[in-house]
Amino acid sequence: MADNAPLVDVRNLSVAFSDDAGTTRVVNDVSFHIDKRETVALVGESGSGKTVSAMSILQLLPNSASYPTGEILFEGKDILKLKPAQLRDIRGRRISIIFQEPMTTLNPLHTIEVQVGEIIKLHQGLSDSETRKRVIELLSKVGIRDPEKRLSAYPHQLSGGQRQRVMIAIALANEPDLLIADEPTTALDVTIQAQILELLKSLQKEMGMAMLLITHDLGIVRRMAERVYVMRNGEIVETGNTEDIFTAPKHPYTRHLIEAEPKGDPPAVDTSRPVVVETDNLKVWFPIKRGWLQKTVDYVKAVDGLSMKVRAGETLGVVGESGSGKTTLGLAILRLLSSEGPIAYVGNRIDGLTNKQMRPLRKEMQIVFQDPYGSLSPRLTVEQIIEEGLLIQNPELDEDGRRERVATALREVGLDPATRDRYPHEFSGGQRQRIAVARAMVLKPKFVMLDEPTSALDMSVQAQIVDLLRDLQKKNDLAYLFISHDLKVVRALCNYVIVMKNGKVVEEGPARNIFDHPQDDYTKALLDAAFNITVTHRAALAT
Amino acid sequence: MDQKTDETAETGVAEPKKLTRYQRFKRRFRLSPVNRRRIERFKAHKLGYRSFVVFAVLFFVSLFAEFIANDRPLLVSYKGEILFPVLVDYPEEKFGGFLAVTDYRTPEIANEIKAHGWMLWPPIRYSYDTINKDYPGRIGDNGICLGYPAPPPWSSSLKLCDAPADQLARFNELGNTNWLGLDSQGRDVVARVIYGFRVSVLFGLLLTIVSSALGIIAGAVQGYFGGKVDLIFQRLLEIWNSIPELFVLLILSSLFVPGFWTLLGILMIFSWTSLVGLVRAEFLRGRNLEYVRAARALGLSDWQIIFKHLLPNATVATLTFLPFKLSGGIAALTALDFLGLGMPPGSPSLGELLLEGKKHLEAPWLGISGFVAVSIILSLAIFMGEAVRDALDPRKTFRMQGKS
Repeated sequence: MADNAPLVDVRNLSVAFSDDAGTTRVVNDVSFHIDKRETVALVGESGSGKTVSAMSILQLLPNSASYPTGEILFEGKDILKLKPAQLRDIRGRRISIIFQEPMTTLNPLHTIEVQVGEIIKLHQGLSDSETRKRVIELLSKVGIRDPEKRLSAYPHQLSGGQRQRVMIAIALANEPDLLIADEPTTALDVTIQAQILELLKSLQKEMGMAMLLITHDLGIVRRMAERVYVMRNGEIVETGNTEDIFTAPKHPYTRHLIEAEPKGDPPAVDTSRPVVVETDNLKVWFPIKRGWLQKTVDYVKAVDGLSMKVRAGETLGVVGESGSGKTTLGLAILRLLSSEGPIAYVGNRIDGLTNKQMRPLRKEMQIVFQDPYGSLSPRLTVEQIIEEGLLIQNPELDEDGRRERVATALREVGLDPATRDRYPHEFSGGQRQRIAVARAMVLKPKFVMLDEPTSALDMSVQAQIVDLLRDLQKKNDLAYLFISHDLKVVRALCNYVIVMKNGKVVEEGPARNIFDHPQDDYTKALLDAAFNITVTHRAALAT
Repeated sequence: MDQKTDETAETGVAEPKKLTRYQRFKRRFRLSPVNRRRIERFKAHKLGYRSFVVFAVLFFVSLFAEFIANDRPLLVSYKGEILFPVLVDYPEEKFGGFLAVTDYRTPEIANEIKAHGWMLWPPIRYSYDTINKDYPGRIGDNGICLGYPAPPPWSSSLKLCDAPADQLARFNELGNTNWLGLDSQGRDVVARVIYGFRVSVLFGLLLTIVSSALGIIAGAVQGYFGGKVDLIFQRLLEIWNSIPELFVLLILSSLFVPGFWTLLGILMIFSWTSLVGLVRAEFLRGRNLEYVRAARALGLSDWQIIFKHLLPNATVATLTFLPFKLSGGIAALTALDFLGLGMPPGSPSLGELLLEGKKHLEAPWLGISGFVAVSIILSLAIFMGEAVRDALDPRKTFRMQGKS
């Protein structure tokens, strides 16, 4: 075989899924190749078929998948025609894969040593002591400190970033020729994303392997990949060198993707506006109980002494990595979690109110969650979801009145009221998030807590949701509490920012000051990770 | 497959401002697509769906057992008057007798009515406790005349003893045929099977419904409120479940005068716990779902959340078990009856029929009838259960959804 032949050559591949309803073609006549030692990116929005295309290289699709056309050549052999035994020989040894979700891809019942060692023993047949040595070597290579001590750790004892490192260690254990990375950092915080990407890059160089990167984030592509394939609706619409694609995109869809970044400016700071929500030295401490009598020995200080103010028509951004206590803060302010310290809503203390006393206030303080798939009940129609709050909060409305309000809310978030009788699964992620926003807005709230409302969405959809939120704010004079780790979105939406770490405020101030002149190292590290995808100020970061 | 873009969804049908009453009705009772697919899949399970149809028809028909197997005529025309003996108790005085309740099977009354009008009988002229006094006995192997039980008339072993001609004529009349013979007390087996089927199924259904309701409520409270409530309840349940069920059942049913409702109560004591764990787990999972949290943020009360969002989740999980619980309940009642600890003597019951069959091995029509009836009911319930289980299988419902 010639040395310049591609490592993997996918030719005219189509993939179809069949179920009760018939056969659906998901990938249509796709061709791409990966050379040795190069990084290739498959880019597209969710549903574009990029994951399916990549999974078919390893034949990891469910049984309902079929391949009407095409071939996948790995070193000249067609993978689609291999026997299961030959296929197993390739999987994990020649080609390995990292999945998106580090929380679920590790078996919670086995230690790290067992899980990393398993694949080494399987393919290399080493003895126990040799395997252990190799595991330690791999773990230190992927940047896990004190690997000897970590051997007996279980997945739940590791952070998300550490788990993803372990996953990488497993993937690299047999020094594969090709690493498929399926959205390897989407589930991680920006700071950890930068670290993981840096690690992948250096390991790739060191081991001389090829990498197929699947992502919807063009920032990552630009930093990592040499060549790019842009996918849409199961077809490749454009391909080329990364630089060419970014400087001179030809296809309108590529241009649309590149331009799709949250843009626009937050509302101006105006200290004359009334304060909507205020906290003073707010604490949410979860007791740690030990022993037979469940004595409280210590506290997890999820939020530790936080004071903040949100004015009408303004957005307060709360920024931090996962585990910094920002969501806990939001839930405590809405009194969905118990807390200590005064919380005032338009001047009135609400921290002592019972659930029942809170109920009339619920209509004025609303919430939009991160996951548009989990936050809508699959059993209810769009109309039933949106009118749920009206039934409780506006019992004076009759059915026609409610229908009118629902229609208005749907129109407000840019959906056709005629879709009211459909169910959530018939909508895309962005549309679902619009429904979730409509559910909050139909009650005409004054204060809305937005808990990472864009994190689960594709880049281009994020920008649309940000625009929508900003429009709604202007129109209805809303106060937002915007919780996010994504500083790009925060910059487009917030006029005041609080940076949180381990339950405490690290830095706060008007958004412009924070973004232009960050004072704290932690803030600087967050900014670098978000805007440049690089790792700086390591000392301030967790691993 | 997910080709939706994030543009505004395309306009469908024009949006009416106000709804007609019919539209409102339709919207209130519509099925979600998930449920529609489940029903389709249930129907697609041929054996299970047919079992369901057969079971439903049998049960419905058995609800009207009085019109099928009864020792009273459906309609009587007597001296120009139309009477409904099935529904109304007429004293015998009316027909020239002296008993408080008319026995239409006695020749005197029958002849009196025939002389002044006519009678319309149900297809089987016996109730579960009617004794066929016209049976003259049969000649056994050694030539002696034997009494009850009597084999069906179509069996070769029936050689009738001598009897007055009018009695034999009545015994051989088509409507009086004992299709499956008579039991040891001279009662018609077909009538007893029909009434026994009704009692068994009603008992099983009631037991299933009430014990599931109790189990779901207990599980819901534990799962939703969690913490100490859950802890204490779980320990109580563990103690409860460790009580040896069978012995307590035997002791209780010998303490109380057994009857339909006491038996139901006794079996309930232990059967309600089986669903608690399942519902509790569903609730523990469900209360952390984001849409449940969103409902709390909208101001729904605990009970509203339980009924609107959490119970439907738990129902799917419990529905799978209901047909199996049904068959379990029927089998339990049959077993108690068979042991002689069940329904009071004289009441129709399949277990009692099996016991008769065991006592009278020389009369195989008793044991075989009881066995066939019980096995048909239990098989139907199990087949239905399999279909329900397949229909609710989440792997089939959500297959390939949300995969990119």
